[in-house]
Amino acid sequence: MSIFEWSFVAAVLTSATPILFAALAGALCAQAGVFNIALEGQMLWGAFAAVAGSYYTGNAWAGVLVAVLSTAIYSVILAVGAARWKADPIIIAIGTNLLSLGLTGFLLRVLFDTSGSFAPQGLNGIGTMPFLNGIPVIGDVFAGQSVLVPLAFVLIVAAGLWLRLTPGGLRLRGVGEHPDAAATLGIGVARYQAWVTILGGGLCGLAGAQLSLGNVTLFTENMTAGRGWIAVAAVILVANKAFWLPVACLGFGAAEALGFRLQGIGAPQQLTDAAPYAITLVVLVIMRVVVTRRRTHALTPKETLV
Amino acid sequence: MIARLTRHPAVVPIGAVVLAILIGAVVILLAGLNPIDAYAAVLQGSLDVRNLDYTFSVWGFICGMGLVAAIPLRMGEFNLGGNGQLVLGGVTAYVVASQLGLPGIIAVPFALIAAMLVSGGFAAVSAPLATRFGIPIIISTLLLSPVAVAVASYLVRFPLAEKGSGNAQTPVLPEDAHIWSLGDLRYTTVGLPLMVAVMVIFYVVDSRSAVGFELRVTGANRRFGEYAGLKPGRLAIGAMGSAGAVAGLVGAIIVLSSPYRFIDGALISPGYTFAGLAAALLAGGRPALVPVTAILFTILQVGGASMERTAEVPRQLSDVLQGVVIVILALRVVLDRRRAGAGKDS
Repeated sequence: MSIFEWSFVAAVLTSATPILFAALAGALCAQAGVFNIALEGQMLWGAFAAVAGSYYTGNAWAGVLVAVLSTAIYSVILAVGAARWKADPIIIAIGTNLLSLGLTGFLLRVLFDTSGSFAPQGLNGIGTMPFLNGIPVIGDVFAGQSVLVPLAFVLIVAAGLWLRLTPGGLRLRGVGEHPDAAATLGIGVARYQAWVTILGGGLCGLAGAQLSLGNVTLFTENMTAGRGWIAVAAVILVANKAFWLPVACLGFGAAEALGFRLQGIGAPQQLTDAAPYAITLVVLVIMRVVVTRRRTHALTPKETLV
Repeated sequence: MIARLTRHPAVVPIGAVVLAILIGAVVILLAGLNPIDAYAAVLQGSLDVRNLDYTFSVWGFICGMGLVAAIPLRMGEFNLGGNGQLVLGGVTAYVVASQLGLPGIIAVPFALIAAMLVSGGFAAVSAPLATRFGIPIIISTLLLSPVAVAVASYLVRFPLAEKGSGNAQTPVLPEDAHIWSLGDLRYTTVGLPLMVAVMVIFYVVDSRSAVGFELRVTGANRRFGEYAGLKPGRLAIGAMGSAGAVAGLVGAIIVLSSPYRFIDGALISPGYTFAGLAAALLAGGRPALVPVTAILFTILQVGGASMERTAEVPRQLSDVLQGVVIVILALRVVLDRRRAGAGKDS
């Protein structure tokens, strides 16, 4: 088993990217004061919509577009329900997560007359970047990846800069940190929160598309298998700071990729499957211990956001 | 008169169910199938006299998993790790019943108690994770659940596996360790009265004891509870511990019942956990209502199979309806507010 080779780095990136998109959605919502735990269900819907779109049009990018748009529309339930109508976001999210699971399974049977998994002949996946092949390190890591992988990092940096440097980003943070104060300044708090949630839906669509058309080229029932929850954990882990998300998500990607390698040398699959969840939880605990200790020494009790 | 009727507390849950069934009918129509046939098949499959034995046993399990969600819900916490707690209880019961060589009369009670202790302890871990480390219970239960499921799956496939069988399952339990059936019924066992007893205990503790009151106060207003000297941390350990214990009990009963073995995935795939969660949310966490709302999800779950057989509607529709009911329930606050606003005007 050779961990320290570039193909392993590539595998880590592949595993981390869907979670990165979903975690970015979660972090943006958290910044705006919306506790979004609907990521899992939205991602699952996105994965299904991407495969269906690619299957019917024969074009992977059309699949990605279908995933982004339909997941954004799907997230309107949460956006309007939680931000405008002030319903409990947790209960809505539990409902939409269950609904995604049922609906994707139902449509799999009705539209494609199959259950379990759907991998038709000639289903188009998202294109890779073979033009990078000659370049030493970058080629080894990125050439076999879907174009969405670098996009995830671009979006994270863009979102981080937007939150920090633009008036819109400042307002968003204000809405999350002190809604009443933001409202006094004439900012439509509910409208901001609703649009951020819908934007998050689009990102979860990308997450799902990367999962079903980038990492593999097929859809299986419940294929997100808790990745949306890992994304929520990643958001908590980095205390909503978008710039730190890649660290958290790459950690998860490393756990998953290492699991695949360990399976290769005969470790039982059940235990390597469980590792990312256990590791996520352990890291959350360690981070909390470290952060609390540091906070008690610090002079200002409140940590700065982003 | 009509106004008073529409304000009855049962209107919202019943309305949510009716609306969900209508939405389900539209989904079935869009799929080009017949909703009336489908719903008729659901009722027929679940309420047919020959199936009632099975339906009642499932109702017991969904009631149990309803409590698993409802007990923490009383203090405003969400336990979404029911699957892990269920499976851990099942595997513990199997190990105790098969490996210790206990005589008949004590094998079953010991297995049940051991399952409750292990699952209860496992679920209770989420409480200090929330109070000490600030990890919400809803997140930690969800992250712990797949770990428990994977460990159980590993145990069943390797150390406890039936030799020479292609399936991921344990050998059949010795005759002594089979849970007692009720009369000559095949599915309904002593487990069902046990489940009813647990529900009665929850009802009494919730409505008649100091702990139940503290739990509800904390759920209604945590800061007030703390101000009044209640300890949410300790309450959370108790609530999560008892929720996990009930899940462990359900898992143990399933494993000790026919076919008397632990089959990988058999505890999770019927979807008792989320049917129970939906029942608990529909009941608003109220102990007396959980058995009632559980009836609905039992009919959906049991009837789903016959709906698939006779009306060709995929059984995943049951999950769709569960999700829709929960979303509608969450959105009902709009209705409440509008009604409150209307009341102010008049």
